[in-house]
Amino acid sequence: MVRSIAESGLAVMLGIVAGGFLMLVFGYDPIRAYAALFMGAFGSPAGILESLAFATPLIATAVTFAVGVRASLFNIGAEGQMYLGAIGATIVGGAMALPAGLHPIAATLFAMSLGALWALPAAVLKIWRGVHEVVSTIMLNWMAFWFVTYLVRTHLGEPGRAERAIPALPTARYPIIGETLTAIILVVVAFGAVVTVLLWRTGIGFELRLVGDNPEAAKYAGASASRAILVSFIVGGLAAGLAGASQVLGRPPSWTLYATLGNVLNLGFDGIGVALIGRNHPMGGVIAAIFYGGLLHGGRFMEYNVGVSSELVDAINGIIVIALAVPEIVALIRRRRES
Amino acid sequence: MTPLRRLHWYLIAIIVTAVLMLIISEAGLSVLQLIETGLLAMTPLALAAVGECLNEQAGTVNVGMEGIFLITAVLGVYWAEVFRSGLYGLLLGSATGALIGLVFGLICIYGKANQVIAGMGLNIFALGLGPYLLMSIWAFPGIHMFSRELMFEPVRFTVGGEYFSLSLVTVAAIMIAILAYLLLHRTLLGIRIKATGENPIAVDVAGVSVGRIRLMMCIIGAALAGLGGAFMPLGWFGGVVKEISAGRGFIALAAVVFAGLNPLLALVAAFVFGFSEGIAFTVVVSPGVKEIVPFYFVQMAPYAVTLLVLTAAIGGKRFPRALGKPYLRE
Repeated sequence: MVRSIAESGLAVMLGIVAGGFLMLVFGYDPIRAYAALFMGAFGSPAGILESLAFATPLIATAVTFAVGVRASLFNIGAEGQMYLGAIGATIVGGAMALPAGLHPIAATLFAMSLGALWALPAAVLKIWRGVHEVVSTIMLNWMAFWFVTYLVRTHLGEPGRAERAIPALPTARYPIIGETLTAIILVVVAFGAVVTVLLWRTGIGFELRLVGDNPEAAKYAGASASRAILVSFIVGGLAAGLAGASQVLGRPPSWTLYATLGNVLNLGFDGIGVALIGRNHPMGGVIAAIFYGGLLHGGRFMEYNVGVSSELVDAINGIIVIALAVPEIVALIRRRRES
Repeated sequence: MTPLRRLHWYLIAIIVTAVLMLIISEAGLSVLQLIETGLLAMTPLALAAVGECLNEQAGTVNVGMEGIFLITAVLGVYWAEVFRSGLYGLLLGSATGALIGLVFGLICIYGKANQVIAGMGLNIFALGLGPYLLMSIWAFPGIHMFSRELMFEPVRFTVGGEYFSLSLVTVAAIMIAILAYLLLHRTLLGIRIKATGENPIAVDVAGVSVGRIRLMMCIIGAALAGLGGAFMPLGWFGGVVKEISAGRGFIALAAVVFAGLNPLLALVAAFVFGFSEGIAFTVVVSPGVKEIVPFYFVQMAPYAVTLLVLTAAIGGKRFPRALGKPYLRE
């Protein structure tokens, strides 16, 4: 536990240092940039609320990746499954009239099931033909991108406003907590808790982790690898669908999906880094997502005040992921220091 | 392993291509133009796929080709502008790829990193670095168009009265695939590369450095991907956008899996996938078709074809036993 936190902390430090180096190359002042970032993200109550709003979808997409890793799968399909979730939320939340209490629930559930549906082909191809999930999920991501773009630009486009889909109706929206944070964060965290219970407190979760940890032992114990893969993909798809829903039903002021998908783009990939920082535990992911949500929100201040392009935050995330890929990174450095 | 062991795949590729061409010419589209676009789309895929075949034969998996594509596309244009030459852009783009390969190799081979996670980290890194570089170098978000003179122009000649252009990079990609095949199957180094992927302990005992061979293949693989990345803006699109790689790094990965690490089959797969992208591009702009099939669905075609081909052809492949595992000396 302590070592896990130390490793995550060190990887984050490495990412931040590397990001600073990239700023120096182009003549920006990293100290000023990071000061702007962290003050913007966590320096005021409004900043903290906004950072939590940014963290919300990442908590969910991190679950997608984490529940994959637990079954020894590299499910990087959260991106596409999340697009489907967002469009699902738009269909029920924007194009259907339902009573106020029921509307957000129905829209959220429909979004989640569309996410799971988009995860199914990857699961089936993996079980049936052994197609590696890295390739299949990326292909599905791109198909989802064009499919959802098509829907937003045609059937679900807001009349007179070509740049976006029809917004979620007021009856379908989650109540606002403050700034752009809505109550859907509670749903997302609760979903993470349910997945935690599923993984560590149920038979199916035990089977999933056994298949992930030790496929040989799992085979002797009579565990079904196919079932573990299927469950992992479906739970992951539900989580990603929820992430998509959170940006439509729970994110003012737009409450909708932009035609460029600009307001959801990369949230699935960001979830990979968040899951790894959170040590592939849904609850660890919550903490990591708050940190990373802060980077995303604070990045805008960095761009506005110091001129550093906010996309640098993604580069920092990449460095963190690479650092976390190196096992025993802490031990490695300790050994270096001793010798 | 004879070159003809998987003859049926070459034949299927040829027959399917011929039938498609027939349909396309019946529909009144220019076949020549289609092949032209298909070859352009094939080139980066083939370069990256052949490079990754070599890399995986030695036992290292790099799923970060998508990221290498993106970074070298942006920096290739940068180098081309600095040296006022498209050719320098291509070569230095490739060198940039080699440098990424070196760092990736050091991390995976000597840092014993999880290769899939490190490769995915590289992709995420590029996802941020690409737009950051676009903004920091040219102060314009997401896109940069460069001067026409910096294009690495293709060679033009006439076929049956129609103009046809072919990039020398495409020719180079085909030759590199053949050379890679010969390297693997006809040279001592090739035997060592395959042995490193199959049984690194034996290679080590024989006094050959496992790490050095793997690192070399990592660098070569990434250098080829880098050439492909720089080719996209400099030899094909004429501009660079932040989504320029558009999943092609993963399509190349699919080609590698399809090919079972055989560089020649990887070339065939790259042609099939590139051709489907060529069809997509051609169909999008043809009158009569664009009114019926929404452009968005045509855009999905390359990814769908990749997934279908991979699903149909995945059986019976054998991959090196030590693939993806760091070598630990006892």
